[in-house]
Amino acid sequence: MASAPSKLYADDVSLLVVLLDTNPFFWSSFSLPFSKFLSHVLSFLNSILLLNQFNQVVVIATGCNSCDYIYDSSSATSTGAESGRMPALCSDLLRKLDEFVTRDQQLGEKDSLGPTTSSLLSGSLSMALCYIQKVFRSGPLHPQPRILCLQGSTDGPEQYVAIMNAIFSAQRSMVPIDSCFMGSNNSAFLQQASYITGGVYQKPQQLDGLFQYLSTVFATDLHSRTFLRLPKSVGVDFRASCFCHKRTIDMGYICSVCLSIFCKHHKKCLTCGSVFGQPQTDVPSASNVK
Amino acid sequence: MATRHLIKRAKYKTTAKGSGIPGVLEMTKNKIAFKPNDPTSVTMINVDFRSIKGHKNTKEGSSNPPLINLVLDQGGSYIFEFENFSDLQVCREFVVNSLAKSGEGLIATSDKPVVASHDEQLSTAEMELRMKLLQENSELQKLHKQFVLGNILTESEFWATRKKLLDGDSSQKSKQRIGFKSSMILDTLPLHDARTNKLTFNLTQETKYQIFALKPAVQQAFLNLVPNKMTEKDFWTKYCRAELLHYKRNAMAAAAEAAEDEDLVIFLKDDDILASEARRKIRRVDPTLDIEADQGDDYMHLPDHGIFRDGSKEITESQHELYRRTFLQDLNRQGEVVLEGRTIDVELDNPTNVAEALAQSRQESDATAKEERLYRTSRMTEMEDLQAPHDHPFTPLCIKDPRDYFDSQQANALKTYDDTRAGTEQLSCSLNSEEAYGFLRRSISEIEAMGLSAHMVRPEVALTVINGLTQNISSTKYQLGKNVHESVLDGLPNTTKEELLHYWTSIQELLRHFWSSYPITTSYLYAKTEGSHVKNLSAAGGNKGIGSLRAPPAGFSPCSSYASGSRCCFSTLRVGSAKENGKGWRETKWICLGGVY
Repeated sequence: MASAPSKLYADDVSLLVVLLDTNPFFWSSFSLPFSKFLSHVLSFLNSILLLNQFNQVVVIATGCNSCDYIYDSSSATSTGAESGRMPALCSDLLRKLDEFVTRDQQLGEKDSLGPTTSSLLSGSLSMALCYIQKVFRSGPLHPQPRILCLQGSTDGPEQYVAIMNAIFSAQRSMVPIDSCFMGSNNSAFLQQASYITGGVYQKPQQLDGLFQYLSTVFATDLHSRTFLRLPKSVGVDFRASCFCHKRTIDMGYICSVCLSIFCKHHKKCLTCGSVFGQPQTDVPSASNVK
Repeated sequence: MATRHLIKRAKYKTTAKGSGIPGVLEMTKNKIAFKPNDPTSVTMINVDFRSIKGHKNTKEGSSNPPLINLVLDQGGSYIFEFENFSDLQVCREFVVNSLAKSGEGLIATSDKPVVASHDEQLSTAEMELRMKLLQENSELQKLHKQFVLGNILTESEFWATRKKLLDGDSSQKSKQRIGFKSSMILDTLPLHDARTNKLTFNLTQETKYQIFALKPAVQQAFLNLVPNKMTEKDFWTKYCRAELLHYKRNAMAAAAEAAEDEDLVIFLKDDDILASEARRKIRRVDPTLDIEADQGDDYMHLPDHGIFRDGSKEITESQHELYRRTFLQDLNRQGEVVLEGRTIDVELDNPTNVAEALAQSRQESDATAKEERLYRTSRMTEMEDLQAPHDHPFTPLCIKDPRDYFDSQQANALKTYDDTRAGTEQLSCSLNSEEAYGFLRRSISEIEAMGLSAHMVRPEVALTVINGLTQNISSTKYQLGKNVHESVLDGLPNTTKEELLHYWTSIQELLRHFWSSYPITTSYLYAKTEGSHVKNLSAAGGNKGIGSLRAPPAGFSPCSSYASGSRCCFSTLRVGSAKENGKGWRETKWICLGGVY
């Protein structure tokens, strides 16, 4: 599309990067079947592409052991044949997804995975941000990027640092992270991500109406969000996880140099190596009292 | 006001400009009759007051002749011209009273709010003030148009609650008056033109005032002489001649002229009035003022006083300074007591009584004197024109925003709800990794085979989702976020916001009048609360979709049956309803206008 950059971009051209959670342990025990979920998502992606001819969609799959680009609407190659039942976009995407799942399984054969395995959200967030940076540097005219996380598995506290870094860099680049969390409890990471970057966090109550949620809330582009009101979340769970054990903590110790969080008192900061002094006792100095 | 029967000469006109038919206008309690002077003329008018809708009249002071225009119900009007404005006023009062008695009420016949109400005779100034206020404040004008011109409230009721606005205008003018200029003397002296050798006296109103202020004798003379003995011009001529003589500084010439003209004497001699005023001031000084009161009266504690008893004249400090006492100190104390005299009248046999009485006498005089002193000081030191107006003493109402409390509770409530609900949905995955991956791949191939269906979302599910989302968006529960000070109103577009605010103010206005008529003591108040008022209350709010009330949260007791109504969970607003006469709540929804109050 060589003529596209010369055309004037409208305000509402968007680049949507979808992070698709493909944790098999989650999907195998979830009320909404994966096939139905995929059908909702595929229709939603189609509708995004219909909204504006310059809209772009990128899909990144979040697996348990790896993450990979599944689909990019701006790439010229579309080898999938358009069958009667679905457009070329879908068959392309599904084929690549299948290949990804196979590879992911092969990578995971060494470790023992269980139902509490979390998907590598930090990896896919980083990949999304890299792609967006590439788009930023592509020229003066580019669509407005945003990230949509379709997540179901629980947070892995070991990813806390990486996810927070990704969130802050998204905030810096002014890329909102929307989250559609389908799991049982609220995801603290995604709540924080949406809150900090100015995105929308939604936990759909009715999963068989997922397409309705997606098209009502998450299809809005950044320009329209200035005058459209989107649902706000009630509160944000700001709990952090400690850097040493990766456990979620409410109260802990913080290094004053690099702001790393620890659950126990350490002599030395594990991140930056600064030596901590003796803790002050609470007894007031006797010399002040007359 | 009690005249039942009024007869006046008037001219009947069909238009305001034409000449009229002279005749006699007779007004009784129920009707107006006009009989022309000319018995051959056919225009005789006999009108019942009930068919008169309103009246207009020309104002005094304008160049129009005194006309009154009686407007009929069916259209058409009668114009009568009177001989003078006092006749007009009398007739107008009569008309007003009769109309009031026949229960018509006065309705404005013009668009501009120039309406005379039943029982008040508004002055032009007040009318102008009201119009000015209405023109300045468009919100007020809208309310006025809606209620007064819509016959819901009368003009007097509307302005009754706004007395502060009407008064406030006048008190806005500063109470400080501009003082005299320092060039006062120069202004009152004549100007000397050296070229023509002429003295010019420039006597403007201001300089006359200054002369009167400077020289009270001249003022007194003015009061005495003008206009009885001489005209003002003569007075000032004489004054100028006296000033001329002063200017020339020729005492002998002055004496000579004074001998001739006794009036000039007043201007030439010293001002007696000033002297008498000075004398009066001296007499007014408080003689009980103790100007001798001095810190040195305390003879005990001043150093370097007197001769020490032991005869030594050392002035060096010593450690026993506290215990020294000088003879002079004792003497002085005795002298003080002697001068005071015996202050109590008690029998001396019981020393306790004596001691108590002495203590009491000392205390009493202390207390009253102190009060008096404080009062006098406050009166003297207060500068009236710099003080703020003393309104009714009240403390401003401080209602904390209840949302702060409720919002924090909401978050807690939702958190617990969420946790309990979430616990039930945890399904455990019992598959191992191979099975899980296999399941995933099967799902993918399944959808590849199936393709996308046209009906992936059922319509009722979609509707439920949409409703849930819009409720979430419009609810004020979820206001937590970055912008704490943003209210619900700010999120609405401007036109909607203004409409909502207008409805809010009109509802408040109606409610104010509704509740002010409780307790219902007269039938007028009863009629006022029933019928059109409440109807308009619900019309103003209900039809447009904001007249709704939520069931109260726990902790709010239902209101008593006397003041029946419903309460919004976020405010103490009561919406009265004449139809509801029991306890209970209305079961409709209400949008709480969070940021307004």
